[in-house]
Amino acid sequence: MTGPEFPVVAALDALTGALFLLTALGVVATRQVLASLQLFVLQSLLLSTSAFLLGIATRSIHLFAVAGITIATKTLLIPWLLRYTVSDEVYRTREIGRVLNIPISLLLSAVLVVIAYAIANPIMNAVEVPFARINLPLGMAAIFLGAFTVAVRREAVPQLLGLLAVENGVFFAGVAIVPNLPVIAELAAAVDVPVITLVVGLLTRQIHQRLGTTSVGHLSALREH
Amino acid sequence: MQLAAILIIPAIASCFSLLPLGRRFAAQITVIASAIVLALAISVASTAAHAPFSGAEDLLTCDALGALVLVLVALVGFTAALYSWGYIATGGRHSLQDLQRYYSLYNLFLLSMLAVPLLANVALMWIAVELTTLLSAFLVGYEDTPEALEAAWKYVVLTTLGAVLALLGFLILYWGSRTAGLAPFTWVGLVDAAPHMPPALLWPAFLLILVGFGTKVGLVPMHTWLPDAHSQAPASICALLSGVETTTVLYVVLRLFPVVSGAPGLDARPWFIGFGLLSVGVATLLLIYVRDFKRMFAFSTVEHMGIILVAAGLGGAEAHLGAAYQMTGHALAKSFCFFAAGLMATALGTQEIGSVRGLIRSSPIAALALVVGGFAIAGAPPFAIFVSELVIVKAGLTSGQFGVIGLLTLFVVVAFCAVMYHVNSMVFGTPATDKPGSKVTMAVVPTSCKATLALAAVPLLAVGLYVPQPLQELLRAAAAAMGG
Repeated sequence: MTGPEFPVVAALDALTGALFLLTALGVVATRQVLASLQLFVLQSLLLSTSAFLLGIATRSIHLFAVAGITIATKTLLIPWLLRYTVSDEVYRTREIGRVLNIPISLLLSAVLVVIAYAIANPIMNAVEVPFARINLPLGMAAIFLGAFTVAVRREAVPQLLGLLAVENGVFFAGVAIVPNLPVIAELAAAVDVPVITLVVGLLTRQIHQRLGTTSVGHLSALREH
Repeated sequence: MQLAAILIIPAIASCFSLLPLGRRFAAQITVIASAIVLALAISVASTAAHAPFSGAEDLLTCDALGALVLVLVALVGFTAALYSWGYIATGGRHSLQDLQRYYSLYNLFLLSMLAVPLLANVALMWIAVELTTLLSAFLVGYEDTPEALEAAWKYVVLTTLGAVLALLGFLILYWGSRTAGLAPFTWVGLVDAAPHMPPALLWPAFLLILVGFGTKVGLVPMHTWLPDAHSQAPASICALLSGVETTTVLYVVLRLFPVVSGAPGLDARPWFIGFGLLSVGVATLLLIYVRDFKRMFAFSTVEHMGIILVAAGLGGAEAHLGAAYQMTGHALAKSFCFFAAGLMATALGTQEIGSVRGLIRSSPIAALALVVGGFAIAGAPPFAIFVSELVIVKAGLTSGQFGVIGLLTLFVVVAFCAVMYHVNSMVFGTPATDKPGSKVTMAVVPTSCKATLALAAVPLLAVGLYVPQPLQELLRAAAAAMGG
């Protein structure tokens, strides 16, 4: 562990990680579409903070690039794209339709966080990499919570935000385990995420126009009879 | 140069498709572009069967297994483009802008699938796989009905979720290869690095990619989006989705097999066989109860992906040869089935099996195509799938895996009967409405669709009866690339 060299950086990264997990929980629990978008932006800021801190610690220019790309795409481009593609009506939705109520969702979320730690533990014991001990389990927890968000939400935009939260979780773990991933992959990922948003956003708009609702959880015409 | 051209041509065709030069122009340019791509792919494959073909600056490469997938994608890309010409234009419901968008996305979708076996860097290959979903999303929802949009939504959300999980797997794989030394992040580099990778990293990476990309392959229990997307998309797109997109992603999963086998103490086989048998078994049950003929072919895709995965998991050169042969047979037969299904859906205005009777009288061409496609996909002789399934069963028995082969054979036989029963009930029998007017529907089979059926039938029949020497070499080399 680079710990002794960078005790302050490690402590700051741990703090960032804790806040990162809180935002992931927030995306699960929040009732408003707009609030979950804001939480997602906050989560992305925390991701780039962690990338920046690890960039200082490992002296990796790639991680500064990740931090910059994350800010540009996830905190600026994605909210703008969603504003552009999805009508304001969707954001004014107060009560998000959901499959489970909030206390049960949070209880299950806690279970998921414990599972994430259990899965990440053998990996961390096998290979000693600075900061992986903080970022890997928290990233995995965010992945599970994001996937859980997709499962319990019925509205299109919160489902998309859950999906992007999973992506944030992958990169939160990724910055610690592969600080030197070739820059070409970062740039390509930077293209990929806005494309996901654009496709899903346009699809949301099309569904809204055709069906008058974005409650995709109620789409159930297709199934085995 | 050739490898780069395979990727550049669809990109150019995609741009040209957007030019407002009439309703035919985009279709013509797409057919021409995909024909050139097919010719290039075949020439690459004839070289790659002997030695890996490498392209510009190590960015692009192609070995035998990649070449097999490349040729299959290019072939179905060409036949589906020809089919689209007549099929998408029928009805005239779509505006010129719709057609331009369709062909533009079609070319980009084809491009992303062609890129998967060609990109040397594994991280870039992941992006290509993810783009196959994103570029085909609007093609799945092209009909703009509530059902089509529902299918497109599930398709994008679930397969993207899977792909992001797989991304974590690839990052861990990269971590492992760094730990093992400075091997390049390519499939060859990974196979070399595998013995030195910590198993604690390789194993979670393998499982994440198997589950994540397994979602896109349509493995049970992550298959739920597949019958929706594959039944609601236009038939030409279904042919690509079912025939080759699933195979392209399965190719990535199969690539992991030699990597995992190279690591001490790890064995991918039980997982391949487990997921494979589960998929075949569940798909077989669903095939019995299915009520929609496009969904029937979609479930059959789940079944075939399972069979190929089981064959890969059995291990050994013969079983892997069977897997490569089955991939070929499935791509040819499944695209043909969807071409037939598209004609039926337009002629009859329904996809319900129960309301189709006596197709042979109301639409003989569709009926003939359905019979040929049904026999081919169910695995009746003399089609390729019959031979490949025999090869797989024989290989499994030789290596003494009787339990697996017993179950596999049982499922395959039941699935065969189910498909044959449904096809029989649709083709024969008395039409429900035996009005003379119903015969008018036969006239509307567009010429390009007839031409596609005739063209696609040639390799479909030929590969089952006789495997020419170059293809045989390609299949052998592809099986070798899957590892022992």
